[in-house]
Amino acid sequence: MSELRTRMSAAIGTAPVEATRRGAERLAELRRRAETDYPPMGEMRDLARAIRLHTLANLHRYLSEFCESAQRAGTRVHLAADAAEANSIVESILRAAGARTVVKSKSMLTEEIGLNHALDGFRVTETDLGEFIVQIAGDRPSHIIAPVMHRTRQEIGRLFADVLGVAYTDDPPQLNDIARSHLRRRFLEADAGITGANFAVASTGSVVLVTNEGNGRMCTSLPPVHIALVGIERLVPSPAELAVLLEVLARSATGQRLSVYTTVVTGPRRPDEEDGPVETHVVLVDNGRSRVLASEDAEILACIRCGACLNVCPVYREVGGHAYGGVYPGPVGAVLQPALGVGSADLPFASSLCGACREACPVRIDIPRLLVGLRHRLVDRSSFSWLGLGLEAYSRVASNPTAWRLFLSLGSFGLRTAARDGWIGRLPFHASAWTAHRDLPGPGAPPFRVWWRNRNR
Amino acid sequence: MGVCQLFVTCLVDALAPEVGRACVELLEGAGLEVQFSEDQTCCGQPAYNAGYRDQARRVAAQTVSALDRTEGPIVVPSGSCADMLAHHVPALLADGPHAGPARRVAARVRELTQFLVDDLGAVPAGTADGRRVACHVSCHGLRGLGIRDQPGRLVESVADRVPVRDAEECCGFGGLFSLELPEVSAASMRRKIRAVEESGAEILVGTDLGCLLHLAGGLHRAGSPIRVLHIAQLLRESTR
Repeated sequence: MSELRTRMSAAIGTAPVEATRRGAERLAELRRRAETDYPPMGEMRDLARAIRLHTLANLHRYLSEFCESAQRAGTRVHLAADAAEANSIVESILRAAGARTVVKSKSMLTEEIGLNHALDGFRVTETDLGEFIVQIAGDRPSHIIAPVMHRTRQEIGRLFADVLGVAYTDDPPQLNDIARSHLRRRFLEADAGITGANFAVASTGSVVLVTNEGNGRMCTSLPPVHIALVGIERLVPSPAELAVLLEVLARSATGQRLSVYTTVVTGPRRPDEEDGPVETHVVLVDNGRSRVLASEDAEILACIRCGACLNVCPVYREVGGHAYGGVYPGPVGAVLQPALGVGSADLPFASSLCGACREACPVRIDIPRLLVGLRHRLVDRSSFSWLGLGLEAYSRVASNPTAWRLFLSLGSFGLRTAARDGWIGRLPFHASAWTAHRDLPGPGAPPFRVWWRNRNR
Repeated sequence: MGVCQLFVTCLVDALAPEVGRACVELLEGAGLEVQFSEDQTCCGQPAYNAGYRDQARRVAAQTVSALDRTEGPIVVPSGSCADMLAHHVPALLADGPHAGPARRVAARVRELTQFLVDDLGAVPAGTADGRRVACHVSCHGLRGLGIRDQPGRLVESVADRVPVRDAEECCGFGGLFSLELPEVSAASMRRKIRAVEESGAEILVGTDLGCLLHLAGGLHRAGSPIRVLHIAQLLRESTR
């Protein structure tokens, strides 16, 4: 049994996955309502797709523009080719600033490059409530925008009682207050704030963060140093395009018209300003993205990380985020991880190709097409397999009508012979996976083409 | 009298020939001359979705060259195979000698319910006979071809259609997916079966034999009395 199959089958029906399904269904419903209640959404999605594809097609130009604009605004821009380089850049910025304590806002990119692990010499606190829970539990996020979708509030209540030494409660507002008072101290004492970026605006050199908790804004305004890690594909040309993407992102992620906090950071504190960081850094991270951009998988870089594809995916709903075995779960992860060369190579097979992801994707990424393309290249590289042998035989037989007719007749005869009361309860070899879970209705008669020939004789 | 072609699909041909017969009789009942090219085999989807492009190409080339030699709309009792022929085969064969046939065939392909409702307007003018029928919407027809209401409209013309919860969620069949990740496939199947059982249906119909074999097999294993029929069979039964 493949590792992927073992992981996924072990997850089915477990409590974390049941919690995940409830969360995913709720978010999918909110997104659906946001779409039906807002007729222009279809056009907004087309526009968002055009913006993303245009940006990717001209990424080099927009990256240069961003670097110039950001530097003009006083931000120091760093380029990191891979995870190790990105982590070491962040570490040297922190050391140069004499920083010891760091507050972080939720970022998938920092999960991808393993930043928290690389910063184990610093006191790093995750400040997004979900990521904070993940951090104190020593867990991993299971959803792109809702990291603890797999945990119930009762579990979180017990965790807070154990780790933070507070009285048990499973009341969400109270849990929120507990986290808030704990995090407030961290914000006030932090030497540096580290965030990701939902978007980076080329014309202004701004980094844009959306949150619903305001923690992103605290990370970018309270500590004296702000470091934003930005995937090179996060660029948007100008504020006009940003406006479209922000709206599409919020509606697709949570069904909101706009997230509660949209933070735009353009350079450090200016002489006439009372607050804000005195030092701002942007680390532009490639980590395989330029290779993906040059490949057949380039369209996946249009993703704006809303999580809508996860929420509607029948596989994600059945196995949850952890079973994908990497940072990016769900349909987008099944494309992105193999494209970036991380995680299980056979992830593209974790899909029934039902297309719900493509239907939900705000920028209309054809995820099933990308999954099939990855499967093709995986098969081209792989050596012998029984499935491959079977499909080669199928292909030879099905390209010869005489052989095909004989194959259908023999197959039909075999199945009719094996059937008891019209049903087959056990099949051999690869097909035993079918009858492990369900019967096969045996054919009631010889193949259709036999009937057709007799009828027209 | 118009001519149409039946692309019967490999699953119907081998495992459910009665569905093919029902299609022929339905289409003839609608006043069409039905032709069937014996040179057709399979659309190539099993190999294509499993990642075996060369193997898929060979099979698809056989079927499109057979169908290209015929005339009239090509009616397919499967949204999945119709989507394959209409959308994926032209791309798969784009660079070879079969590019032209693939494009021409793609333009002629119609899924059965799409053909009956959208093209012929042949919704049977009967009265519902009171049987409670649930309708399974298959993913490739739904999202690949935009077949959303057609099967339901046909069902409502001959029976009482009962709504199914989360009707547009995948049943977990997915072709070879059901063999590669069988536990995940079966989990989705059980969920769909529960939804069908809760709908109070006596009969479950659908447009795609793959999903129907999967659901029928699951219902039978669970000892359920719900009958599973291809929509062509239900319509044929009702117009006899």
